Amino acid sequence: MKNVQGTTGLIFNEPLLWEKGKKGRCGFSLPVRDVKKYPLDKQFKGDGPDFPDLSEVDVVRHFTRLSQWNYGVDSGMYPLGSCTMKYNPKCNEKQANLDGFAGAHPLLPSRLSQGALRMMYELERLLAEITGLDAVSLQPAAGAHGELAGMLIFSACHRSRGSLRSKILIPDTAHGTNPSSSALCGFHPVPVTSGGNGILTPESISEGMDEETAGIMITNPNTLGLFEENIREIARIVHSKGGLVYVDGANMNAVMGMVSMGDIGVDAMHLNLHKTFSTPHGGGGPGSGPVCVAKFLEPFLPVPRIVKEEGGYSLSYDFQDTVGKLHAFHGNFGVLVRAYSYILTMGENLKKASQLAVLNANYIKERLKDVFHLPYDRPCMHECVFTDKKQQAVKIATLDVAKRLMDYGFHPPTIYFPLVVHGALMIEPTETESREDIDLLIDTLKTIAEEAEEAPERLHEAPTAPKVRRMDETAAARTPCLAG
Amino acid sequence: MRYFPHTSEDIAAMLKVVGADTLNDLFSTIPEDCRRKEGLSLPEAMTEWDLNRHMRELSRDMAVCPDYKIYLGAGSYEHYIPASVSYLLERSEFSTAYTPYQPEISQGTLQAMYEYQTLVTRLLGLDVANASMYDGASALAEAFKMSFNIKRKKKRVAISGLVNPLYRRVVETYFAPTEYRVVALPYCKNGTTDLSAIGEIEELAAVAVQSPNFFGCIEDLQSAAEAAHKKDALFIACFTEPLAYGLLKDPGCQGADIACGEGQSFGIPQSFGGPGLGMFAVKTDYVRKMPGRLVGRTRDVDGKEGFVLTLATREQHIRREKATSNICSNQGLCALTAAMYLAATGGVGIRDLAGLNRDKTEYLKERLGEAGLKVAFEAPTFNEFVVAFPESFAAKHEELIEKKIVAGLPLVSYYPELAHHYLLCVTETKTRDDLDALVAEITS
Repeated sequence: MKNVQGTTGLIFNEPLLWEKGKKGRCGFSLPVRDVKKYPLDKQFKGDGPDFPDLSEVDVVRHFTRLSQWNYGVDSGMYPLGSCTMKYNPKCNEKQANLDGFAGAHPLLPSRLSQGALRMMYELERLLAEITGLDAVSLQPAAGAHGELAGMLIFSACHRSRGSLRSKILIPDTAHGTNPSSSALCGFHPVPVTSGGNGILTPESISEGMDEETAGIMITNPNTLGLFEENIREIARIVHSKGGLVYVDGANMNAVMGMVSMGDIGVDAMHLNLHKTFSTPHGGGGPGSGPVCVAKFLEPFLPVPRIVKEEGGYSLSYDFQDTVGKLHAFHGNFGVLVRAYSYILTMGENLKKASQLAVLNANYIKERLKDVFHLPYDRPCMHECVFTDKKQQAVKIATLDVAKRLMDYGFHPPTIYFPLVVHGALMIEPTETESREDIDLLIDTLKTIAEEAEEAPERLHEAPTAPKVRRMDETAAARTPCLAG
Repeated sequence: MRYFPHTSEDIAAMLKVVGADTLNDLFSTIPEDCRRKEGLSLPEAMTEWDLNRHMRELSRDMAVCPDYKIYLGAGSYEHYIPASVSYLLERSEFSTAYTPYQPEISQGTLQAMYEYQTLVTRLLGLDVANASMYDGASALAEAFKMSFNIKRKKKRVAISGLVNPLYRRVVETYFAPTEYRVVALPYCKNGTTDLSAIGEIEELAAVAVQSPNFFGCIEDLQSAAEAAHKKDALFIACFTEPLAYGLLKDPGCQGADIACGEGQSFGIPQSFGGPGLGMFAVKTDYVRKMPGRLVGRTRDVDGKEGFVLTLATREQHIRREKATSNICSNQGLCALTAAMYLAATGGVGIRDLAGLNRDKTEYLKERLGEAGLKVAFEAPTFNEFVVAFPESFAAKHEELIEKKIVAGLPLVSYYPELAHHYLLCVTETKTRDDLDALVAEITS
């Protein structure tokens, strides 16, 4: 390959924080003490934590060096399936850091927080428009928290109808959070097998659905990157037995402006603002997982709700059927500011974003399907799933391909997920990657497939370029060392 | 649109490869009756210029320091954030990375999380801390859930009535659809939890007490832990102001099995209540039952030291409905912020800072007392306390808002018996002049 973007350069070794400190240093500026010291009873007084003492320079170099060992969207393409690692616009960061937002106390009287309340109210309306649902709560702090909100709402709704339901249908293509979130609400997950083409069949839903089942949690587009085309019929079957339909909206980036979830029988869903709406993932979080519901489920939404009245916006706890509260305050407000800014700068371009995300994924699928086995050869949505079936002949596994990609300067795709595909390699390019960069990824993967045949040791030994090579995860779990 | 790199030639060429004529054709697998009939009805896309103007306007419709002097705490605290911390957080290698599932190219996040976990265990006096939860309230709910998993047959937990009422509401919400019950413990006259009821509660899996509690009072965690352990229940020490442990005895040395709470005080903007940081630490015995991600130290194939996510068999992506929690995304960047902040304060800095917070609070308490006002509870406090004002204070509180002073949080909506009682919070951001001015205004 001529054009390889990964190379090696100077990075630094850096010890652990406490291996650096020295008594007598401090990296923090305290304000002048303008009051006397007041004694505290020794029953309460401790010795203070054993933290290292560093200068400001020590702290800045420490974390700067650590950052250089990381790969982010700003470093390069991050085609991590199911995660929607699109570019995170910088002007949204700026808005979240405005003094009036970043410095706001959550319990300010409403009349002193009109700006924040208006922003949240408008964001609720925007998300309702995008999903085609009627009402929104911004409180859930992440996707799984949104699922929990949805399941609490389902549970409360059934209880209000005097109906006790103990089960919930969950397809085998679901995210692991789905069964886990429903179990938290006392629902027993009943697995549903997807059909041969990766799509759920109405028959399998008919079989599983009964009057003890609260409903279904379905990811659409699903984790194979395919649109659940029987969704309307599935919803009809579930509703006919008194059940409710929940959609995991983690893959909403594929269908903005193309599908209105409210119109196809969905009763509730969550969105991942840190995926579809471009807020940075932060190396693990914070995310935000607003839950959107149809009108009849609105009374159950978490409190406080934002109410618009003459004279302004206020927070109201006055909803007697509410499931309660999921977050101490109003959710991850700083993430909401970024998502709101994103939607305002995008406008109707959100539909274009979905179209380009789907174009990029299909382009990759077409250009790589001769090189890697494609288990479901049909038009995909925003991501495509390959496997290592062809490479197994030369004893190369998905993991080896993923690790070798690092040497070439790419973040690997999602691997070994979804579980229904053996040796899955799940690629989600997102709309913010250019054709040139996608071509480079394709060429790189082709090169790696050739290497698998001709020099498999390069894959087995990969990665060699990053700061560390393959880690001993078994030892880490067998004898955990979790603090220093 | 500046975030789309595609030229029309690119789109045409790519469509050709895919075998579609138009972008809409790409959606052929979506049945006609599932297609959206009308376009998105969204406001016209804003330029960066318009967005800046719009957001500045919204943000100005907010009361924040330094224009306003705000004496609110109750789970969100105004602390100074060092420039070095804000600056370091702009390293987008940290902020634009995903969860570190690929350790070779995520060592920065991983080492920082390992350092965060370590600093938290040292602060709270426990053995293992996770890499964060959503916030203090959900961390407490998860601590209870964990207790039910450990004490298999027990169906009840006790929660101090002086745990932040918003946290209590979250806990109730988490357990509403389950068979588990949450019993509230009353409080004593001195502003601390009445532990006497614990002995009476059957099937008790855990007891949670917050210190400093919602009234700002420092609790006797040791006695609470003993009362819980006598019932073979776990003891959970919870907090909303972790800075207090720069000065106070840590929960671990007083017998806590789990310590959890909110870490916003450590360099994280208040940001209207989120994102904050759910801190969560346990004794070693319980590590395999704990929720959330954990980073562990290990070696690579060459024997080089490094870090990985570990003990994932507890988590939802492996264990599905049998997982210890459903949490996936956490508050990683906020945990990183806390690690940076605590690295900046160090051991000496955090102790001085905690001391200064308490001393400024004591100064205000003393001045208000001299002015004839009544501090409602006599137990020692950290950086918040409750004042029992005369009935006329409600009007004064409103009047002070016009003067850009928010003189505390009225407690009556949380504790109906505490009419005219206000919770006041003082941190290092207030000067003695500010405090003198507040006293002068209140008593004028």
